[in-house]
Amino acid sequence: MSTVFIPAVLRADVGGVKSLQLEGDTIRAVVGSLVERHPSLGSQLLTDGGDLNRFVNVYVNGQDVRYLAGLDTPVAPADEVRLLPAMAGG
Amino acid sequence: MPRSYADLLREARAQVPEVSPQQVDALPSGAAVLIDVREASEWEQGHLPGARHISKSYIEGQIEGAVPDRDTPVILYCAAGVRSLFAAQTLTEMGYTDVASMSGGFQAWKSAGLDFETPVVLSAEQKQRYSRHLLIPEVGAAGQARLLGSKALLVGAGGLGSPAALYLAAAGVGTIGIVDFDIVDVSNLQRQIVHTTDRVGERKVESARKSINALNPGIKVVPHEEMLVAENVERIIAGYDVILDGTDTFETRYILNDAAVAAGIPVVHASVFRFEGQLTTFIPFEGPCYRCLYPTPPPPELAPGCSVAGVLGVVPGILGLLQATEALKVLLGIGHTLAGRLLLFDALETEFTELQLRRDPNCPVCSDAAVLARAEGRPLTVDGVRVEAPFLMPMTGFGGAVAVPGGTVPAPATPAPPGRTVAAPATPALPAAPEAQA
Repeated sequence: MSTVFIPAVLRADVGGVKSLQLEGDTIRAVVGSLVERHPSLGSQLLTDGGDLNRFVNVYVNGQDVRYLAGLDTPVAPADEVRLLPAMAGG
Repeated sequence: MPRSYADLLREARAQVPEVSPQQVDALPSGAAVLIDVREASEWEQGHLPGARHISKSYIEGQIEGAVPDRDTPVILYCAAGVRSLFAAQTLTEMGYTDVASMSGGFQAWKSAGLDFETPVVLSAEQKQRYSRHLLIPEVGAAGQARLLGSKALLVGAGGLGSPAALYLAAAGVGTIGIVDFDIVDVSNLQRQIVHTTDRVGERKVESARKSINALNPGIKVVPHEEMLVAENVERIIAGYDVILDGTDTFETRYILNDAAVAAGIPVVHASVFRFEGQLTTFIPFEGPCYRCLYPTPPPPELAPGCSVAGVLGVVPGILGLLQATEALKVLLGIGHTLAGRLLLFDALETEFTELQLRRDPNCPVCSDAAVLARAEGRPLTVDGVRVEAPFLMPMTGFGGAVAVPGGTVPAPATPAPPGRTVAAPATPALPAAPEAQA
């Protein structure tokens, strides 16, 4: 299972935890596991068509999946997945 | 047995190879480290181009910092070629393997008609004020003079801008512009340390100016008491060497990004949320820009500002200081900035995480196609369809949404399919639309 870090702004949807251990061998599968467990995240992370919303960046081991294989980016059990929307505060 | 000065000099000459000024002048750039071992007052009268100054009195203590590798070729010089012989002897004793002394010193160099540089001379007050900078080889008098001649723009005199303003002023960044149209509120003072309780109700730019000049009266503060919008951004940022983005709205961040990319000005970006912050440095065309990182802003509920979500006061303090650090490095041209890296800070875990960023080849602002379209004064198009992106600046050739009075008419909304190459075909530019009211 990979470790998925939840941004502070979304933690209320996952019971306040900072990270979750989730199944899945691709980003699509990992995000699917996350949304299955916490359905309120679905509309925040994914478009109606099932793509990642463009305002949420997803990194696997520090690399942006947009420049890997997007939702099809492979995820190994020890990998760290990080969801990251932009922050506004200054 | 006592030895005379003449004995010591003879021994030094026997031990240390000497090179003539002409030989030094003929060396390819970077072939050897040139060190001027005269006193500071002599250095200030002029020195060899590219030389570093380490007074003979400090040579033992400072040489390892300046030349860490003992096999690096080093050439020392002084005024007439004697002090440098003794200093070279010392370096040889310290294990430096390739040390020479320039015969005849700076006098012979000048007599040969060779070029020399005259360093910027700081005033006595400046030398005292910035003495801890002057001791750092990477800054020194030349770096301090560079800072004094630099211009930094703070967009926002809030949580991020406050510490940055104070430290940039303390560091001697000669001109500090501040964009803020707000007034000081008592709820700001939990983190916005450039303001004070007795200035509640005062304009933030004026309050910040007072604090900056109280700390360092030599700093010129340029107040821009207006909201940064598409219509004024180019005017406001013109002439600045670096910009610190400390705003709290996405619209301002995108507008600033677009204009800074077009103007080629680096932007040090930071943003905060409760216990966490993000930081990076955008160097136009060398690394990604804000739109490469975040093509689209999140909906408001996913990105509340500090006034809605709250923030631990020290978090913008830390991020603002890191912004100031990045800005100083950009201005001095030293170290490695965060260009291409996003630094995340989590105060609750006291944890820093680094993510890799890339330039988006389809970026509507900094991609090659976008640059070409802008240069030709026409909108960026993908397969003949105008690119749509949030808050794209109107009237600047960036394309995107067309602003009209009373609202914004979106450009044809056909997003580029994934993987499609952005092109800038020579389509006729759309007629310029009047600017929207912000």
